[in-house]
Amino acid sequence: MSALAVALQALLSHWRRHRVQGASIFLGLCLATTLWTGVQALNSQARNDYARASAVLAAPSQVHLQPRTGQPLSQALYLQLRSLGWAVSPVLEGRLAMAGQGAPSLRLIGIEPLTLPRNLSLAGSSAQDLDVQAFIGPPGQAWIGPDTLRRLGLAPGQSALSAQGLALPPLHMQAELAPGVVLLDIGQAQRLLQAPGQVSRLLLDGPPRTLPKELASWLELASGSDEGDLQRLTESFHLNLSALGLLAFVVGLFIAHAAIGLALEQRRGLIRTLRACGVSLRTVLLALSLELGAFAVLGGLLGVAGGYLLAAALLPDFAASVRGLYGAQVAGHLSLPASWWATGVLVSVVGALLAGASAVLRAARLPLLALAQAQAWRRAQGPWLRRQALAALGLGLLALGCWYWGASLPSAFTLLASLLLAAALALPLLLDRVLAGLGHWARRPLAQWFVADSRQQLPALSLALMALLLALAASVGVGSMTEGFRSTFNGWLEQRLSADLYLTPGDSDQAASIDQWLGEQPAVTLRLPTWRSEINVQGWPAQLQGVLDVPWYRQHWPLLSHSSDAWTALAEGRGVMLSEQLARRLHVGLGERLNLPLQPAASLRVVGLYADYGNPKGHILLNAGWLRAHWPQASLSGIALNVAPGQLPVLQAQLRERFALDDSRMVEQASLKAWSSEVFTRTFAATTALNGLTLGIAGVALLLGLLTLAQSRLGQLAPLWALGVSRPRLVLLSLAQTLLLATLTVLLALPLGVLLAWCLVAVVNVQAFGWRLPLHVFPQQLLQLAGLGLGTSLLASAWPLWQLARQCPVDLLRQFCDER
Amino acid sequence: MLLIEDLHKHYLTAQGPLPVLQGIDLRLEAQSSLALMGESGSGKSTLLHLIAGLDKADRGRILIHGQALDDRSETALAQWRRESIGLVFQQYNLIPSLDVASNLSFQARLAGRHDLAWSRHLAERLGLSGLLQRYPEQLSGGQQQRVAIGRALAPRPPLLLADEPTGSLDEGSSEEVLALLLQLIGEAGSSVLMVTHSARMAARLQRSCRLQAGRVLAESRH
Repeated sequence: MSALAVALQALLSHWRRHRVQGASIFLGLCLATTLWTGVQALNSQARNDYARASAVLAAPSQVHLQPRTGQPLSQALYLQLRSLGWAVSPVLEGRLAMAGQGAPSLRLIGIEPLTLPRNLSLAGSSAQDLDVQAFIGPPGQAWIGPDTLRRLGLAPGQSALSAQGLALPPLHMQAELAPGVVLLDIGQAQRLLQAPGQVSRLLLDGPPRTLPKELASWLELASGSDEGDLQRLTESFHLNLSALGLLAFVVGLFIAHAAIGLALEQRRGLIRTLRACGVSLRTVLLALSLELGAFAVLGGLLGVAGGYLLAAALLPDFAASVRGLYGAQVAGHLSLPASWWATGVLVSVVGALLAGASAVLRAARLPLLALAQAQAWRRAQGPWLRRQALAALGLGLLALGCWYWGASLPSAFTLLASLLLAAALALPLLLDRVLAGLGHWARRPLAQWFVADSRQQLPALSLALMALLLALAASVGVGSMTEGFRSTFNGWLEQRLSADLYLTPGDSDQAASIDQWLGEQPAVTLRLPTWRSEINVQGWPAQLQGVLDVPWYRQHWPLLSHSSDAWTALAEGRGVMLSEQLARRLHVGLGERLNLPLQPAASLRVVGLYADYGNPKGHILLNAGWLRAHWPQASLSGIALNVAPGQLPVLQAQLRERFALDDSRMVEQASLKAWSSEVFTRTFAATTALNGLTLGIAGVALLLGLLTLAQSRLGQLAPLWALGVSRPRLVLLSLAQTLLLATLTVLLALPLGVLLAWCLVAVVNVQAFGWRLPLHVFPQQLLQLAGLGLGTSLLASAWPLWQLARQCPVDLLRQFCDER
Repeated sequence: MLLIEDLHKHYLTAQGPLPVLQGIDLRLEAQSSLALMGESGSGKSTLLHLIAGLDKADRGRILIHGQALDDRSETALAQWRRESIGLVFQQYNLIPSLDVASNLSFQARLAGRHDLAWSRHLAERLGLSGLLQRYPEQLSGGQQQRVAIGRALAPRPPLLLADEPTGSLDEGSSEEVLALLLQLIGEAGSSVLMVTHSARMAARLQRSCRLQAGRVLAESRH
């Protein structure tokens, strides 16, 4: 048998007697990989789907003509352009509600296959390969992605029914088609969307030309699509999720690191014997590395499988979040490339290297003749603690620097990461100092032992306590941020959504008719028509909204900051108000002037800033009269109403009957609030779940640390028992030690968590979403989390203590008898 | 002060019950000393553990000043060890997290019988005065055993139980430690029951008793 095999056999025999320790390394790597790969699976799925969404109709440098008003174009305009020699192809887009309770609404894209640009690809395949005969029909085809087909519960070849009872052409599965999208002939789309003769935009084949004057007022050239913006807008969301995944990964690695370090300490004698027997240091190190590699690969494989299951469990809430926040469609089913699986295992190997490298290096430098005694270990920790404290100081300074000079999302995350790591690194030194301070006060012998022994346990438990600190601080931080956001958001909703009914007519003609009719209804006590248009300000998509000068806005449009004459200036067309996120993106402040790319360009003073939570685009509030005068393309697109008490159902019935407004175009205040709250809750569902899991992992870390320690502690507790300290008292003392360490950690975690919450609301949110939230501290929530942290510690210590309580006196006696 | 009557004890092993003590009778007077000798596995340490209340006998009685040990609760046994017993083990079993000074006074303070002058005297006699701030692992084996002896004698226990107290020491240190132990026992006014393999050590005590297969084989006075 080779020296390597002998060394491996001897090293592996350790795990037969220390199964918990082996399990903790395995579990640490496995959990770390599970959480990291789970988050990456969600992000990867979403990014794939965004890419598929932008590839539905894609071509290199695709240019299209779109209406300036945002209203559909007439098909006649398309024909006019064709007759003028323009190679354009019409596209009609719209949402179609499907029949059946809980059935999804689909994004219908109608195309005209005969005129499609030559270099266009349709859902990943070339437009030139399209079987036009089959596509146009009869009966035609409705292309649909596998995920959407599954959600509809239909098979290829079957036909789906819309909510109005109209049949789609037979479904044709196209693997690369984005979720929630149906691609079909434009004639079918016009029939299904009840938009005869209407076109959303015109794809241009060839280089863009100057539009004829008579058409230039209606049409504008545009390139790219919303999906490009989608990638950019959702990036912050995915980065936030990645940051949480990374935190969980680090916490998982703490477990593995602690267990690997302890295993090395316990095998110091074995390594000494192996080397004394002639096994070279290189062979010992190779054997240790192979052992670590085996843990990494096994833990990684299981972790990746766990990550897949975790992502599958979180996917529905995650998909609902991005749909609610950004209108992005993400499949309800995971389909991940093989590279994702390989990367997951690689992450585990890298994690194992990070967790175990220091242990293997220590083995290389091990002073073999030194005794592996606890106090020596503690004293050896002295210089290490000082180095940790210096690193913590450095990271603290880095955090300060990021806060002071940073102005980007990466710098915000660096601030968070360095703050958390600095606190974690400083924890063992802080605990040591606090215990040393307590030691000066301890007078009774058991109290002295209690403190001294707690200090001795610190090196073995510090990593688990650091994990607990990180997890708890993250819980406090994210919890305070979420609850603060919820409370701010609810207050904001309460003010902003105070009209009884919100109408979104089909087009501006219908809106004008409705507005006129409503003006004649005595039941309507307040009528607030709004004019809207989409523009691009300095590269950022923004919505213009024109409002009337009525007192209602002054009472119900909460402003974060404003000039003294804000509403008057707005009413007189001298001022403009901006959403907070747009103001931050454009670096425009109160009192400064904003240039609007209107025709002609206009410059207005910023007189107010307001919160516009959940809107990824910028928002600009203007006086309706001024907007219509300067931007005729703005269309009357929404009407909010207040109705006399008891008259709402009657008015809704009349609107339904007279203007064929369905529920999607007529929303009551309560439904709108409920929907907004649901989006909010779902947005934070994945965050809350990941947070809970991280805290759970920290609990596992503590449990494993205590379990490992329990074995070695028997030898330290037995003399006390022999000297007359009863077993129940020993159990209580051990419990109190764990609680003391956990309490000190929790006491540090609470302010750290509040600081983290401040960083999230005042730094990360500003960089990621463009809005800043007030910092709310919820004492009850802090108490709950402190209780949870202590409860986790109690649970973690329960099993080792239960074992100690049930310890047969024979086992304690063995501590004396084994001496021989 | 100590009376042992018909003491039986067995351990359960994979091969079945293993009798360790099979009817031990012993008596130890106040301020007297007795050496327990015998081969490995003869039951010496088990007998010591039973007297210390660290384990329970299957049958028979242990009477201390006429009071039986066997029907005492664990808490009462812990109190008994704390207040009436001094224990010295072969491997010292000091508390590694406490320094020498705290180890020395630990049991006396636990028993509420801390006598500073006596502790200082013990430290001086044991040659530990200059080592009080050190931790156990910074001491040699002989020094650690002196700390263990000092800790056991600090509360002046009526009975000192020593399980091969010099077993880990070289011959020179053993002699020195034993001489000190016996002197200090005399000063403390304690009785001593000492397990030893060494006939020379046993000869320094007033009586010795040889165990074989869990029974008293012979008893002698020196």
